[in-house]
Amino acid sequence: MTDAPILTVNNLSVAYEGGGTSHTIIDGVSFTLRRGEILGIVGESGSGKSMTCRALMRLLPSSRLRVTGGSVWLEDGRDVLSLSQGELTQVRGRRIGMIFQNPASHLDPVMSIGRQIAESIRHHRKIGRKEAWARMLDILRQVGIPDPESRANAYTHEFSGGMRQRAMIAVALACDPDILIADEPTTALDVTVQAQILRLLQQLRDERGLSIIFITHDLGVVYQLCDTVAVMYAGRLCEYGAMHEVIHRPRHHYTAGLVACQPGSEGGTGRVHTIPGQPPSPGDMPPGCRFHPRCGAADALCAARQPPLRETHEGHACACHHPVGIEAEAEA
Amino acid sequence: MSAPVLLDVRNLSVKFPMARSRMGLGPRRSLNAVSDVSMRVAAGETVGLVGESGSGKSTFGRAILRLGELTRGEVLLDGQDMARARGEDLARLRRETAMIFQDPYGSLNPRLTVRQAIGEVLHVHGKKGAAGRDARIVELLELVGLDATLMDRRPGDLSGGQCQRIGIARALAIEPRLIVADECVAALDVSIQGQIINLLMELGQRMHLGMIFIAHDLAMVRRLCDRIAVMYLGRIVEEGPTEQVFKAPRHPYTRSLIEAIPEIDPARMLPSAPLPGEPPSPVNLPEGCAFHPRCPLARSECRTAVPPFVGGAHRAACILAPGGRLNEVGENLPETTPATPTERIETC
Ligand SMILES: Nc1ncnc2c1ncn2[C@@H]1O[C@H](COP(=O)(O)OP(=O)(O)OP(=O)(O)O)[C@@H](O)[C@H]1O
Ligand SMILES: Nc1ncnc2c1ncn2[C@@H]1O[C@H](COP(=O)(O)OP(=O)(O)OP(=O)(O)O)[C@@H](O)[C@H]1O
Ligand code: SF4
Ligand SMILES: [Mg+2]
Ligand SMILES: [Mg+2]
Repeated sequence: MTDAPILTVNNLSVAYEGGGTSHTIIDGVSFTLRRGEILGIVGESGSGKSMTCRALMRLLPSSRLRVTGGSVWLEDGRDVLSLSQGELTQVRGRRIGMIFQNPASHLDPVMSIGRQIAESIRHHRKIGRKEAWARMLDILRQVGIPDPESRANAYTHEFSGGMRQRAMIAVALACDPDILIADEPTTALDVTVQAQILRLLQQLRDERGLSIIFITHDLGVVYQLCDTVAVMYAGRLCEYGAMHEVIHRPRHHYTAGLVACQPGSEGGTGRVHTIPGQPPSPGDMPPGCRFHPRCGAADALCAARQPPLRETHEGHACACHHPVGIEAEAEA
Repeated sequence: MSAPVLLDVRNLSVKFPMARSRMGLGPRRSLNAVSDVSMRVAAGETVGLVGESGSGKSTFGRAILRLGELTRGEVLLDGQDMARARGEDLARLRRETAMIFQDPYGSLNPRLTVRQAIGEVLHVHGKKGAAGRDARIVELLELVGLDATLMDRRPGDLSGGQCQRIGIARALAIEPRLIVADECVAALDVSIQGQIINLLMELGQRMHLGMIFIAHDLAMVRRLCDRIAVMYLGRIVEEGPTEQVFKAPRHPYTRSLIEAIPEIDPARMLPSAPLPGEPPSPVNLPEGCAFHPRCPLARSECRTAVPPFVGGAHRAACILAPGGRLNEVGENLPETTPATPTERIETC
């Protein structure tokens, strides 16, 4: 990892407008990605992880969703949010590759998997059919598709869930991007194939300086792969910092809850630990800290004022009025 | 087991015909997605089905509920074979079983709102008159941790995890006796995963629900399931009570799986090459034990015949498993390949 930021996201906000109502879905998210860095994004389901990544590539899924503020700086100083369509197309396949959360709807059902990948390679690089086909087979093999020569002719519906996911990874990697945005790319993979993919990503990072944003629910995967972690709750970043810091010393009460919910390797039976209460719905966000109705440490301040994201330690920021462990440390 | 057997699958196989090779001249081949799989599920029991991606878990799940192809075998529900059922029998299967599909977006009709998607199930199964329907929908949404304000959204306006929970709510709406849950918590954060797992555990006990829980998250499987079956390349290679399988796996593939679980533990970083070599293809199954080309313990005997299951309630299909041909007295799967008498002489 070098210090040069390759992507700087500043105060990114997204709103939903439709049916006479309007509400914020992403509220002022900021982070930086350095060359060769692997950033993990975790957080509750529906907190806006996918939306953040789609917004920064200007790939919002519906016309009712709009970026309402912020900037996304590339290494060369251009802001993705103000690129022309032509520049944007170039940035997308070539500089930034994206693995979508639902592979089935991003793969073409009527074109064989092999052709899709080969065409996307040819779309971005000037190489011949044969060469593209060979490169496609090579990538399928790298992501662990058995017998790629014969499976490349299969169609999406003939692939298992995990094979589709790997095809999606292959599409994203086919064009050698500088940045890879991977939205839960291993949820349908068994753990040995997952380990193989994680290694492949690490290898690409080491050899080519690939930078990765990796969305996942599995803190074990974060631990094995990431350098830094951002935690999202209800459309906001609630914690952001070096991976070991965040996982071993979570400061935000939501993160602490998540870590405590991890089912652990020892097994055990009976009910699983969960964070009490339900996440808020986008149209009806609580005031103050959005986690306060579910937080054990909440007081009147939490209910009234939104805590800003601020550094508690070097390289570790948290948006909480009463960060876990901070007072205890101050007294000691 | 004392509880009555709800589902008894015998020697199920599923083959998919493959297109001829590119010129259309090659031989007609087929892909063996599921080969000779047997499995029993008692009422109130949860069986975890884990294994390699592409090993046939979803195909198996769809086949037993008659939602997909089935080439050979029997599927007994309360002793009645459903493999070729039609008419009223098939209708009974539909009423009493439910599948939660792996792809939450793909399995929902993009044009239907959440209210319509769940309402449809309630209507088809005659669960509620139009009057009580909305209240029931809200109740089901609450069960899976979703807010009633999402009722009028379509799948495209929902996050991955929200879609997944709509799929779960639709399955619960049927009030089935048997559920096949295919990766039903994969897109959820751990806290909501926990909620769903707790819900399924509760329903299992209260309603005596039988369940096949297909998942890659072994920690969740360990928490939820009474028994576990491990699939590799279309076959079950190990099966047994969950804790026994995790504590002392008897098939080398199961052991590799357990070693590849990503943990928050500096002493347990992921192996650099979890399984060496290329995964074999279901079109050209390897001779003998299908795992032998990648097995760290493989030996020449493994290439000759498909190893039979050995063991009782905890059984494995490996000649090195306790009771297997090369480990008749052993208690555990060996850590390294033991030499046969002839090999020992040769190396001396
Ligand atoms: N097209 C849309 N229109 C309106 N709201 C949407 C749309 N798509 C998603 N949302 C809402 O935006 C919020 C953020 O969704 P997003 O998909 O980013 O969540 P996520 O963090 O990726 O969750 P998951 O882990 O479940 O995938 C959710 O509350 C979701 O309901
Ligand atoms: N309709 C089909 N036509 C041809 N082949 C198919 C079809 N459906 C599945 N297959 C093949 O059958 C095999 C088993 O697929 P299946 O979806 O059952 O795997 P799985 O164990 O559920 O994998 P995953 O964990 O990745 O979801 C795969 O090789 C797949 O490509
Ligand atoms: S700000 Fe308050 S409510 Fe929010 S996490 Fe911190 S202590 Fe809990
Ligand atoms: Mg998402
Ligand atoms: Mg599957």
